[in-house]
Amino acid sequence: MEVSMTVNGREVSGDVEPRTLLVHFLREDQRLTGTHVGCETGYCGACTIHLDGKAVKSCTILAVQVDGANIMTIEGLASNGNLHPVQEGFWERHGLQCGFCTPGMIMAAVSLLEDNANPTEDEIRHGIEGNLCRCTGYHNIVRAVEYAGAKMRGEEPPPPDWEEGS
Amino acid sequence: MTQGVFGTSVKRTEDPALLRGKGLFVDDIKRHDEAAAAFVRSPFAHARITSIDKSAAEAMPGVQAVYTTDDVRSLGPLLAQVAIGKLRPLLADEVVKHVGEAVVMVVADNAAIARDGADAVLVDYDPLTAIIDPEYAATNETLVHDELESNVIHTWEAGEADAVQELADREDTVVTSLKMVNQRLIPTAIEPRGVLAEWQHGYDRVTLHTTTQQPHAVAGALALTFGLPGVNSARVIAPEVGGGFGRGLNVYAEEMLAVFASRELGRPVRWIETRSEASKSTIHGRGWTATATIVSEPDGHFLAYSLVGVADMGAYSQNFSVAIPVLGQFTMPGQYKWEAIYWKMDCVHTHTPTVDAYRGAGRPETTFYVERTVDAAARDLGMDPIELRKKNFFQPEDFPADTLIGMTMDSGDYGSNLDILVEKADIKGLRAMQEAARAEGRYIGVGIATFVEACGLAPSGFADAGVSWAGYGLPSAFNESAVVRINPDASATVVTGTGPTGQGHETVWSQIVSDRLAIPMERIVVIHGDTKDTPMGIGTGGSRSVAVGGVAVAIAADRIKEKAAKVAAHLLEASAEDIVFADNGAHVAGSPDKSVSWTDIAATAYQPHKMPEGMEAGLDMTAFFDPSNLTWPYGSHVAVVEVDPDTGDVDLMSYSAVDDCGNIVNPMIVAGQLHGGIAQGIGQALFEEAVFDEDGNLLTASLLDYLIPTAADLPSFDLAKTTTPTDANPLGVKGIGEAGTIVSTPTIVNAVVDALSPLGINDIQMPLRPKRVWAAMQEARS
Repeated sequence: MEVSMTVNGREVSGDVEPRTLLVHFLREDQRLTGTHVGCETGYCGACTIHLDGKAVKSCTILAVQVDGANIMTIEGLASNGNLHPVQEGFWERHGLQCGFCTPGMIMAAVSLLEDNANPTEDEIRHGIEGNLCRCTGYHNIVRAVEYAGAKMRGEEPPPPDWEEGS
Repeated sequence: MTQGVFGTSVKRTEDPALLRGKGLFVDDIKRHDEAAAAFVRSPFAHARITSIDKSAAEAMPGVQAVYTTDDVRSLGPLLAQVAIGKLRPLLADEVVKHVGEAVVMVVADNAAIARDGADAVLVDYDPLTAIIDPEYAATNETLVHDELESNVIHTWEAGEADAVQELADREDTVVTSLKMVNQRLIPTAIEPRGVLAEWQHGYDRVTLHTTTQQPHAVAGALALTFGLPGVNSARVIAPEVGGGFGRGLNVYAEEMLAVFASRELGRPVRWIETRSEASKSTIHGRGWTATATIVSEPDGHFLAYSLVGVADMGAYSQNFSVAIPVLGQFTMPGQYKWEAIYWKMDCVHTHTPTVDAYRGAGRPETTFYVERTVDAAARDLGMDPIELRKKNFFQPEDFPADTLIGMTMDSGDYGSNLDILVEKADIKGLRAMQEAARAEGRYIGVGIATFVEACGLAPSGFADAGVSWAGYGLPSAFNESAVVRINPDASATVVTGTGPTGQGHETVWSQIVSDRLAIPMERIVVIHGDTKDTPMGIGTGGSRSVAVGGVAVAIAADRIKEKAAKVAAHLLEASAEDIVFADNGAHVAGSPDKSVSWTDIAATAYQPHKMPEGMEAGLDMTAFFDPSNLTWPYGSHVAVVEVDPDTGDVDLMSYSAVDDCGNIVNPMIVAGQLHGGIAQGIGQALFEEAVFDEDGNLLTASLLDYLIPTAADLPSFDLAKTTTPTDANPLGVKGIGEAGTIVSTPTIVNAVVDALSPLGINDIQMPLRPKRVWAAMQEARS
């Protein structure tokens, strides 16, 4: 079936089997491999992208369902080579280790901050609970989102909370 | 003079690619003309295969081949590093021995066709009785494998049972005993396993990309399995790997089978695991049932400790198999001085997936047993659990401290570490809060656990102790190698044998080199996870990477420094002893203006005619490091929980820790390792369990049933540290990868039991899900 959509600001189209999942269309047809597959059941969140501005799990959607839609993946988040504040926050606050859940986690966090510019820790934790991370214990992901939220509000981010010194 | 980056929280050099979605994991690397594999897996835990009908699959357009055991039997079983017990056939051979065992491999033009092909294969089974309970397996004569004499494939034993019993029998002693299950877990790295095999016909060499923590071991297994001239013909690459936790500390049948298919078909072959496959065909962890016993004097002086039980190995032995419990043996006595000790662990086969190394591997299990039982002893003795621990700790003057289990612990000050936690977490205040809450009918618990870990594996002689570790045809040792190379343009390349899966080795190894050579970090590239580049590497596991691999990097850098100082001295017409390195170059001590840049040094080193007479060109050094001892990090953790009296739901209110891992290269990364480790241990305490029914069906084969912690389940963690360097290596570093996981599990369970102690509850089996906690409360109330 023919399908066309906007991906990261670019018009794309393809001829796909009806059963092709959006995540596979993005990864295989568009070679946007930053969107990851961790579970195929919509539970881990590694495949999170933005569909018409909202965070969704691209392993639970068929490519043909989003014909005409506006898609953004992790590859489209940085602008003019500059990291998005959430990407910057993850770097500054060590919000990633293996990096496999990271693209989905970042896309979820961007969506969270767009809905709620100044979330509490509890709101952040519930806002990303659909994205699983096995490396960080979420501590520094929460710090990264706090950092990004402050940046996006034009405030000074809170300092890191790890104890310095060897 | 150095750049001073050792001990600083440098941002990770790994991150820019990963943050942009540009990191290359196995499934992101594509090859022209690649084929995809899918597997038919057993729905039975124990059954005889009566027929396999491949015809429908073979007739399917796009299916290239359908393989059964007859096609691969000649390759032999899957090799194991410690080859004790029954080894896994690459594809099930006549009888399946666990749910999820691979029976048929289908290779097709793409993954969807391969899956369709696998679904079209018809396998008939004649079900047989499955043995699932490890205690039953240990004592019953029904065999998991008819060709073995017993289901018990190895028994670890140390200490003196009689001496422990004698003390327990004394009339004036207090005996505290708990039988507990340290339940089976599924590692659940978020990236599923994956392989991309490329057999190069004409050269008879193979390149395998795989989600591994130990590329060299995989290369050894490939060389032996396929009769290659040697490991020189098997290049194994671990690209970005999405989580380790021990699941990558293994060699898997799918790695061998994809290489086989690539050889047969003359095409690259990819296999990417599904999540439900991951739950049944990737290794599991833990799976112990044991009884821990403490014998004390009435004043709380510990006399004896014993731990006796069974460790489930699953149906087949893979990489470490029976060697996992012995890692636990090292830390079995905890931080306590005993007069007698006894340890016995039977390793048993059952009709379940293989159990092997999972974060901590043996040490979380033994730490759980001793720390839970110390808390129970405190209740029996009517003592504060903190005071009881401090009364029996090894004291600073005891180090290096010999334990009755035959180990020598390097350094420690356990009492001070615990005192800092007591102060920092305001445990006095917490107890007052708990008392006030109890008066209101609320169940708040304060749980403490302390630990010492044996890591930095290991002095290479350990490989000759107890069992043979030579199953991949490689010399068995636990040392590590590193190459540091200053390139002709003065950039530096570091090659390491470690296999990181998110631990930040690129950053930390760069810090070590930058610190020693004063080369800016942005001029350093770290290569890891590729057997082509390193002479040997044991890989990443056992919290060993910085304490063994990182030290090898430091030694190689020092060798560079020694030679480069001579080159600089030659250029500056000075003595090499007077050369110091700083600011991307070198100068004469006390005369910063008499300097040369690294660019000058490197350019000279690659032009023999400009070198000092008789000195060989090049700046390329290899180092091997063999530590003199394991390292022994330790720490003290406290959790505060509230248990809902109506539902049994456990709310983790706060978590604080004081850890000591010796010197620290990057405090940010150490904190991150602790956060993740603590979360994983909490997962075991509260949520995670691989559950089988009596027929051996895995009831927790998806992330909907096997619960790992989400962000909403956890609080932020309040961390602090003490620093007690080790003398087992010249950097004084101990390792931090497993510490959190080792101690957070008993910390949480101690907290929940503490909360419910007014009901007389002394133990609840993990995981402490609401239903189980509620049932324990109901039983205690009635």
